[in-house]
Amino acid sequence: MPFPKLFTDNNGGILTPYINQECNELKNYLKLEGYEAAKKALAMPAEQVIDEVTRSNLRGLGGAGFPAGRKWSFIPKDSPKPKYLVINADESEPGTCKDKYVILGAAHVLLEGIIIAARAINAHTCYIYIRGEYVEPAQIMQSAIDEAYEAKILGKNVLGTDYALDVYIHRGAGAYICGEETALLESLEGKRGWPRMKPPFPAIEGLFRSPTIVNNVETIAYVPMIMNKGWEWFAKLGTERNGGYRFYSISGHVNRPGVYELPVGTTLRTMLYDYAGGIRGGKKLKAVIPGGSSSPPLRPEEIDVKMDFDSLAAIGSMLGSAGIIAMDEDTCLLDMLMVTTRFYHHESCGQCTPCREGTGWMDKILNRMLRGGGRLEDVNNMPDIANGIMGNTICPLGDAAAMPVLGYFKKFREEFESHAKTGKCHTGEFTSWKPAGKG
Amino acid sequence: MSLKLSSQSMQRVKEVMTHYPNKQAALLPILHIVQEEMGYVPEELEADIAEIVEVPVVKVREVLSFYTLFNRRPVGKYHIQMCHTISCTLCGHRDLLKYIKQKLGIDVGQTTPDGKYTLSVVECLAACETAPMMQINDKYYGNLTPQRIDEIFAGLT
Repeated sequence: MPFPKLFTDNNGGILTPYINQECNELKNYLKLEGYEAAKKALAMPAEQVIDEVTRSNLRGLGGAGFPAGRKWSFIPKDSPKPKYLVINADESEPGTCKDKYVILGAAHVLLEGIIIAARAINAHTCYIYIRGEYVEPAQIMQSAIDEAYEAKILGKNVLGTDYALDVYIHRGAGAYICGEETALLESLEGKRGWPRMKPPFPAIEGLFRSPTIVNNVETIAYVPMIMNKGWEWFAKLGTERNGGYRFYSISGHVNRPGVYELPVGTTLRTMLYDYAGGIRGGKKLKAVIPGGSSSPPLRPEEIDVKMDFDSLAAIGSMLGSAGIIAMDEDTCLLDMLMVTTRFYHHESCGQCTPCREGTGWMDKILNRMLRGGGRLEDVNNMPDIANGIMGNTICPLGDAAAMPVLGYFKKFREEFESHAKTGKCHTGEFTSWKPAGKG
Repeated sequence: MSLKLSSQSMQRVKEVMTHYPNKQAALLPILHIVQEEMGYVPEELEADIAEIVEVPVVKVREVLSFYTLFNRRPVGKYHIQMCHTISCTLCGHRDLLKYIKQKLGIDVGQTTPDGKYTLSVVECLAACETAPMMQINDKYYGNLTPQRIDEIFAGLT
């Protein structure tokens, strides 16, 4: 992996300077007032740290958008059990590729956020669950942890206080479902990544049946800046209920794909055309996925939407992990939906019947349609199957598989009807299908 | 411990077990250590691993077959994993896959007769900004073109 560059607006972003100045090395981070925020937090009562983060309107940036400070406040203070902090670095929602930038370029910022969050919930052990494919990021994270132990930033006496904190990396092994917090905890415990029923929520009964907070990498990396500059500063940068900046991964048919740190609420049009340089080859935009492959696609006339959790929810999509994927006018949307559905079918853990079976049926039907064997009833059956999965599974993977199907069939129904009626794709790519048993 | 690994690997196994309050939690890290040394996790080691982490052997099998990164059979010296998810497909993954298949003379799931290359397609590797991309062993390679693929392969000895 080459050293990543992050792009941002004219104000310079929040995490971008740290990433671009290689704060995966301690000496670079110390030059930028590294670990001052942690010292401040360690001298404060835990409630005040939680209050600061709650007021900043920092939301969980892994996808669900739950307010970070509120989540921390759910940890029972009177529980005699050890508390755990778990960092979710299992990033694997198609279209999303941002957390590795934080680790590769700003591992020490993440570690400082970990110290603050651990202190806020009184955890003395933190596990960073990192996707197994990220071998190099895991090595970089480990060397930052080693440096921190060496400098007595971690260990028995964190930054010269009597607070003890150990941080360990736990590598995943190639299962998308392990990004879901309860599956992640099962995986950390040495089991298959099968999601757990909620409640109990992890804050009450999580890792090793103890109170646990699971937060995404990017969320925790913003915490030191909030502690340094105060909640008002962060809250003012974003929209009403969603503070600050965040990372937007932009990929697909754009001129400048990449990861951009931008204020929450920047419009999708600005991101696609001003930052990502518009659609490749001067072509027209046909569809865009705003928040990772599970978010319903938008039509070109909808891209003036502000990129925050509430604005996207208001138009029937979602911000999720902020993985934007642009598709030009020559794209076969049936093909793209098939690729998306195949992903969820492959990654379904198999625990809940609607998800295990439903994703398989959708994958098969889309494959048949794509190869010219579509039937008119498919156009109604597909949303029916998706609706049968929606809300009927233990974890959100079922919903993540159903939402794009519902979205594509609603917004681009004519394209699916045309495939079903004519058996042909306007791209001409898929023409070799023959029905089984008919030679 | 009856697990037959090099002394360095066994040292790592012992160390990793200190990270958790129970032994079972060390299962994934131990499987990674075994695979790093042997290239895959041989079936005959499952019982030894089970003994170390104090779970029934079926639990080890369950975990091994659940996670796609664990190989249960040997793979080539270079394991090429091409991402075929949405951004990579949009950016031309299919043509590049054809190119690699022709170049190596194997299909997806196969290993070249000399044992040098194994070719797989995988779901999203979270490097969409460099689509189309692939992973070879531990390294990511992005912005692929046929020419870049030639260069990368030429560098693999």
